[in-house]
Amino acid sequence: MISVRTLCKRHGARAVLEQVSADVERGETIAIVGPSGGGKSTLLRCLNYLETFDEGEIRIAGTTLVPRMSRGDVRLRELRTRVGMVFQQFNLFPHLTALDNITLAPRVVRGIERARAEERARELLDKVHLGDRAGAFPHELSGGQQQRVAIARALAQEPEVMLFDEPTSALDPEMRDEVMEVIRDLAKGGMTMLVVTHEMQFASDIASRVWVIDQGGIAEDGAPARVIEEPRTEVAREFFGRLRRR
Amino acid sequence: MQRLLVLVVLALLALLALLASGCGKEPARGATLAEVRQRGEITWGSDIAGGEPYVYEDPEDTSRIIGFEVDIMEAIARRLGVRAKRVQGHWPNLVPSLERGDFDVILNGLEATPERRERILLSAPYFIYGQTLAIRKGDPYRSLFDLTGHAVGTLSQTQAVDIINLVKGVEPRIYEGNEEPYQDLERGRVDGVLLDNIIADRYGCTPKRPQITCVPYDVARGVYVVGIRAGDDELKAAIDGAIAAMRADGELERILRRASLWDHRQAEPDTGTGVKAPQRAIDPEMLGQFLTSAWVTLELSVLAFLIAVPLGLLLAIARVYGSLPVAVAARVYIELFRGTPVLLQLYVLYYGLASVISLGPIEAGVLGLGLNYAAYEAEVYRGALLAIPRGQPEAARALGMSPLQTLRHVMVPQALRIALPPMTNDFVSLLKDSSLVSVIAVIELTKRMTIASSELRGWLLPGLMCAALYLVLSFPLSELARRLERRLAGDQRPHAL
Repeated sequence: MISVRTLCKRHGARAVLEQVSADVERGETIAIVGPSGGGKSTLLRCLNYLETFDEGEIRIAGTTLVPRMSRGDVRLRELRTRVGMVFQQFNLFPHLTALDNITLAPRVVRGIERARAEERARELLDKVHLGDRAGAFPHELSGGQQQRVAIARALAQEPEVMLFDEPTSALDPEMRDEVMEVIRDLAKGGMTMLVVTHEMQFASDIASRVWVIDQGGIAEDGAPARVIEEPRTEVAREFFGRLRRR
Repeated sequence: MQRLLVLVVLALLALLALLASGCGKEPARGATLAEVRQRGEITWGSDIAGGEPYVYEDPEDTSRIIGFEVDIMEAIARRLGVRAKRVQGHWPNLVPSLERGDFDVILNGLEATPERRERILLSAPYFIYGQTLAIRKGDPYRSLFDLTGHAVGTLSQTQAVDIINLVKGVEPRIYEGNEEPYQDLERGRVDGVLLDNIIADRYGCTPKRPQITCVPYDVARGVYVVGIRAGDDELKAAIDGAIAAMRADGELERILRRASLWDHRQAEPDTGTGVKAPQRAIDPEMLGQFLTSAWVTLELSVLAFLIAVPLGLLLAIARVYGSLPVAVAARVYIELFRGTPVLLQLYVLYYGLASVISLGPIEAGVLGLGLNYAAYEAEVYRGALLAIPRGQPEAARALGMSPLQTLRHVMVPQALRIALPPMTNDFVSLLKDSSLVSVIAVIELTKRMTIASSELRGWLLPGLMCAALYLVLSFPLSELARRLERRLAGDQRPHAL
């Protein structure tokens, strides 16, 4: 489903990603962890070309990404309908209701007629337990509710892959659970997912594999039980040790 | 809302009444001649904007003011045994300035009209002019009566306006400058121009304008006189004496000949005392005229804004998202239209480009104001676009939306929400800026007020009507915008400080 080969990205002289190669099978859930500034979000954002890269190649959901593609490239737009993205700050459109947030992209990008798009949107809102808030504007919703609408919005494009960029970091602890529960349901449903997260319990619950990313590379890659309980690299040991002490 | 409006109008009325009740103090009546003699100097008001041959800057030495009226005033002063000192005034306001005591007399193309005679003292004439009708060569018109159903141009605040108003069916087109009415006559925008022979000879029927000819006999005659404050009968007698002596010993003729102004008219005394303008009061007809001109103001502003908003949005998008040449072109447009006076832009559009596209005055006004305001709106929208968090376009892109779809569905709706308060501001400002269109002979609300105030010989009531109508136009709009804002506000409600 996803294959990353010798991916490199630089900011001036500094390497943000260095020679990253990895594969993800259909239905896998990857938890991406590691110290901040290590390149977790950058790697995730490269997967749907929200970030450009300098070298290497990504094959994802049938599309091949290479350096220097133009912003308006039609292949990128097609790809993005097949790869959903959920942001740390939700990024809901504040001028639209929850329902319209969800139906906008299916209608304008895929040309789905309003009635059908709304029917599907209501199903998705039920799925994220917000069936009764279809008419609410983002500012009328709590952070956890907003993030769940954002997940429904991404799902409305019927993606094959879902990318989550720290989906619970901006939330109060009591709201994290409701969002994590939705993500957990998705994992059970067989969605291919990559989740950048700091929640170790969550990672070990849902992930089929954990990547520890540090200094622009994947330091460790394995089953959650193995990576979290018996890290092999110094970086991973230190990282998990720090988390436990907290 | 209605109660608030009433309250605002009442407050305004109170303020104006306070101003009108005369906090200003008038100069002592009747003592001016004595003061002049004591000072050894007589001050006289005139406006160099009237141009050659009246009172104007010497082209060879612009620090010197010359003109036949300078010569006449100096001759009068010499005969009174004092020096003459010129005071620059604003021609349409010379009479109120005289009454305020800004200077002792007016000597500047002041026509002896019955209205003025009721307000101030007028001296014996020093110049006799004829009202001259200019037409295009080959046209069949020979008098104003032939021009019923046509537009005739003239200058504001002149006797010619009153004469045109006397002939039913002739539409007066009122200009602010000497050149413009004749230009529009050439272009066919008016079919006649009625102005005194001094202006007609110099600006209209000249070799420079071969298409224009002047009808060879005078439509009416009038005289230029010195204006003196009411009550200063001694000063008037002294000045009348001086003018009579100048006429008798030939000095007046010498001065006028030097300015090429001496003609047969000067030797034919006892001309008419001028046309008495139809007496006006605030009657239903005048109210109708005010409402019509308020409608013109609203029409100009709304149509201009309908140009300014989409064009401004386009310019803002070009500046923010366009490629380098597109962004530079947008920037040049904005700087050009924002950095030069809208008055000048209207002139260029209406007079300057007349040979390329002949726009009617309303069309030119709408286009000029629209193009100008687009530059301001563009900067409002640019600021609004830049105020939208980066996550918004990113989320749209991540959903597969194209740049155009992102603009249309995500950026522009949010930008317009942010821009609503400054846009309302700009529209209210445009309502009032639309009065500039009077320079291209459109009678809108402010122009109607100045016309009415000269017809009624007072500013207070026309000013109040004008202010009330502007408020009636702008207030509901602000209210509408406020409601719209509240409906759209969402998370933009003010936060506690």
